[in-house]
Amino acid sequence: MTRLNIQKTYKLFIGGKFPRTESGRFYSINDSKGELIANMCLSSRKDFRNAVVAARKAQSGWAEKTAFNRSQILYRLAEMLETRSKSFVDEMVLLGLSKRKVEKELEKSVDCLVYYAGWCDKYTALFSSVNPTASSHFNFSVHEPTGVVAAIAPEVSPLLGLISVIAPVITGGNSVVVLASEKLATSSISFAEVVQNSDVPGGVINILTGNLAELAPHMASHMDVNAIVTARGALINGLENEIVSNVKRNYDWSKSIDIHNPYKILDTQEVKTTWHPVQTSAASGGGY
Amino acid sequence: MEDWNLSPAPESASHIQLKKQYDLFINGTFQKPNSKKYFATINPATEEIIAEVAEANVKDVDSAMKAAAEAHKTWSKLSGAERGKYIYRIARMIQEKSREFAVIETLDGGKPIRESRDIDVPLAAAHFFYYAGWADKLDYAFPMRKPQSLGVAAQIIPWNFPLLMAAWKIAPALACGNTVVLKPAETTPLTALKLAEVIQEAGLPAGVVNIITGAGSTGAEMCAHPIPNKLAFTGSTEVGKLVYKAALNGNKKLTLELGGKAANIVFDDAAIEAAVEGIINGIYFNQGHVCCAGSRLFVQETVYDEVLAKLKKRMDMLIVGDPMDKNTDIGAINSKNQLQTIERYLKIGKEEGAEIYQPTCKLPKKGNWCPPTLFTNVAQSNRIAQEEIFGPVLAIQTFRTIEEVIDKANNTPYGLSAGVWTDKGSKIFQLTKALKAGVVWANTYNKFDPTSPFGGYKESGFGREGGIHGLEAYLKFED
Repeated sequence: MTRLNIQKTYKLFIGGKFPRTESGRFYSINDSKGELIANMCLSSRKDFRNAVVAARKAQSGWAEKTAFNRSQILYRLAEMLETRSKSFVDEMVLLGLSKRKVEKELEKSVDCLVYYAGWCDKYTALFSSVNPTASSHFNFSVHEPTGVVAAIAPEVSPLLGLISVIAPVITGGNSVVVLASEKLATSSISFAEVVQNSDVPGGVINILTGNLAELAPHMASHMDVNAIVTARGALINGLENEIVSNVKRNYDWSKSIDIHNPYKILDTQEVKTTWHPVQTSAASGGGY
Repeated sequence: MEDWNLSPAPESASHIQLKKQYDLFINGTFQKPNSKKYFATINPATEEIIAEVAEANVKDVDSAMKAAAEAHKTWSKLSGAERGKYIYRIARMIQEKSREFAVIETLDGGKPIRESRDIDVPLAAAHFFYYAGWADKLDYAFPMRKPQSLGVAAQIIPWNFPLLMAAWKIAPALACGNTVVLKPAETTPLTALKLAEVIQEAGLPAGVVNIITGAGSTGAEMCAHPIPNKLAFTGSTEVGKLVYKAALNGNKKLTLELGGKAANIVFDDAAIEAAVEGIINGIYFNQGHVCCAGSRLFVQETVYDEVLAKLKKRMDMLIVGDPMDKNTDIGAINSKNQLQTIERYLKIGKEEGAEIYQPTCKLPKKGNWCPPTLFTNVAQSNRIAQEEIFGPVLAIQTFRTIEEVIDKANNTPYGLSAGVWTDKGSKIFQLTKALKAGVVWANTYNKFDPTSPFGGYKESGFGREGGIHGLEAYLKFED
C-alpha cells in the first residue's frame, strides 16, 4: 500500500508566529502539469497592519542588541539555511525551476547572509565620522536604523531575492515586513521556519504572501512605516501621495539583487550627529 | 529691577551697495525677466521697500535650467582641483565682503546684526571653503563607488538663513561637479543676488550657478522641470511633501530639510545657569525662525521652579528691537505673514489653557515684532506642543523619569534635532542614542559647522547637508 504524503500548510509569518491570513483568502500555486502544490495565504491590508505592529514592537530591541550579537544571529540564520538546503531545493524544483539553478540559488542565499552577518559590526566604523568643527566641540556622526521597513521581494529567484532584501535591512537594526514572490512563494514561508529556528527575535522579520497590486497602496500609506525598499520595479507609480504622506524613504533595488554592497545597508539608515562642548584651558572654570 | 538699557549701537548701512532693481542671474548675466514683473522686498523692521526683484516665470525657469544643463557639459569635465579653486574663490570673496553681506542680510530679513555678522556670513564662507577642498577628493569619500556628478540641481531655500542656506546648497553641488539653479525665498532674496555678483566676479563659467527669484509658483516650476536630476529643498514639511511628490514623478534625486519641533531636555543634575542660556539660545536665536529650534522644553520636576524663575529673569533681559543695533538679541519677525502665524499660535495656546509669559518690552511702532514668549501648563496634546510655530515661542512641560521624557520627546512626527542638559556622561549617551533626531546637542544648542552633517529623521526630511555625509546628496554611483 502506498503511503499518502503529508502536504504542508503554508501560513504567514508575523511576530515570530505562523498565523493564517485574517482574511481567510488563499491563492493556489500549481506545478507545470496544473497539479496543486500549495494554497498560499492571500494577505490583506489587516495582515500587513498586524505585521507592522509586530515589527514596530520588535525594532528597538533588535537595534539595542550589540552589533556582535546581531552579527552572530545573522550567521546563525545562514547555518540553519545551509543545513536545510536540500529540502529547499526539493521544494523549489516542484515549482518548475531547474535543479542546478536552484542549488546555485541556495548557495548564494547562504553566502548572502554570511556576507551581511559580517557587516553588522563594521559598517558604522566605516561610514561614521568624527567631525573637526571650528568651535570647541566634540562632534560625531553615526548611522542608526530608520525603523520599520516594508520590503518587496522580486518575483523571480524567490529565496535569494527574499534574503537579499531582508539582509541589508536587518543588518542595520531595522525590522522588516516583506512581501514574498507571489507565484513562487513556497520557499519564503519555509524560510520563515528557518528564521523562527534561528535566534532572530520574533517580529524582526515578518513575511507575507499575496498580491503586490493589492498590498502596495497599504505599504505606501502606512504612517508607521519609515521606509520602503522594492526589488520588483518602481513602486511609486500612482502611489506618490501615499509615500510622501509621512516622508517615507523609498528605494528601488530592482537592479541590484544579490549585489554584495554595504551601501545598501545605508539606504535604511539615518545619520545622527551628536555635539558636546570641550572645555578649553582658557575657558576652564566656566562650566561647560 | 536693574536698568539693562544700553545706549543704541547701530551698525551703519552706508557702505553697502544695493541696486534699486534686480534681474535674474542666468547664464552668467543679469537678465530681464520674461514675466516683465518685479516684486518688492521689504525691511521687516521698518516696512520700507529695499529693492525690487524680478519674478521668474516658467520661461525664465526654462532658460535657467537650459543654461545650467549646457554649463554642466564643461563644468563636470573640469578637474576636481580646478573646480575647487573656483569654490575657494567664492569663499574668500564672501569673507572680503562679509560686512556688506551681514548688513544686507539684517536689512532684508530682520535678524540681529550680531547674528548675521557672527554666524550667518562666516558660516556661509566657511561652508564654501570646506566643500572646495572636497572637489578633488571625492573618490576617497566613496571607496569603490566611482562617484559622478548628477547634472543640474534645482535648489529652493527658505527665508530664515538666506545666505547660509544658499551656501549649504551651492557649495556641495559645485564641489561634486553639478551646476545649479537656486531660488531664494521671496521675502529675503538680496544676499543670494549679492552672491550672484560674487560668483560673477569670481569668474565662474557662465551657467554653472543661476539664481532666480520668485515665490512658490516659481519653485513649483523648478521642481516640475524635466532638466534637473536633483531637487534640494529646505522649508516647511507641508511644501516639502509637494517637492517630494515632484521628485518621485520626475525620478529626481532629492534632499529635504523640513520642519521640526525639537525637545530640549533639562535634567536636575544639569548646570542650571548654562542650561538656561542654552534654552534661551535654543528658542530665541533668530527670532525662533529656526527649523531646529528647541521649541519644546522638558524640565525635570525637581528643578522646574528654579529653571522657570531663572528663565523668566533671563528673558526679561533680552533686548528686542532694531536688528541693526549690535546689542539687539531678538530682531524683527521676517514678514507680516509669519507674524500673523505666530500670533495665531499665541491665541491657540491661551485658548488651550496654557499660561503665557512675555516680558514687557518697548517695541518699535513700525515693523513686525513679537516679544520672547513662553507657555507653561502645556499638555503634550496641545497644538503649541505639537506644531511648528517658527517664532520665539517656547512650550514648557515637566517630566520625572528618563523613560518618560524619551517617550514624550520622540512623540512627534518630526525628528530634526534635540537638546540634553545633564552633568552625567552615561545619561547623555542614553539620551542621545534614544532620541530620534538627526542632530543632538548635549550641554549646548544650535551649533552648526560645515564639517558636521545636518538633517532630520521622519517628517523632518532626509539626506544630510554638511560634512562628508553631505556629498552623497549630489553624486551618483555605479553600484
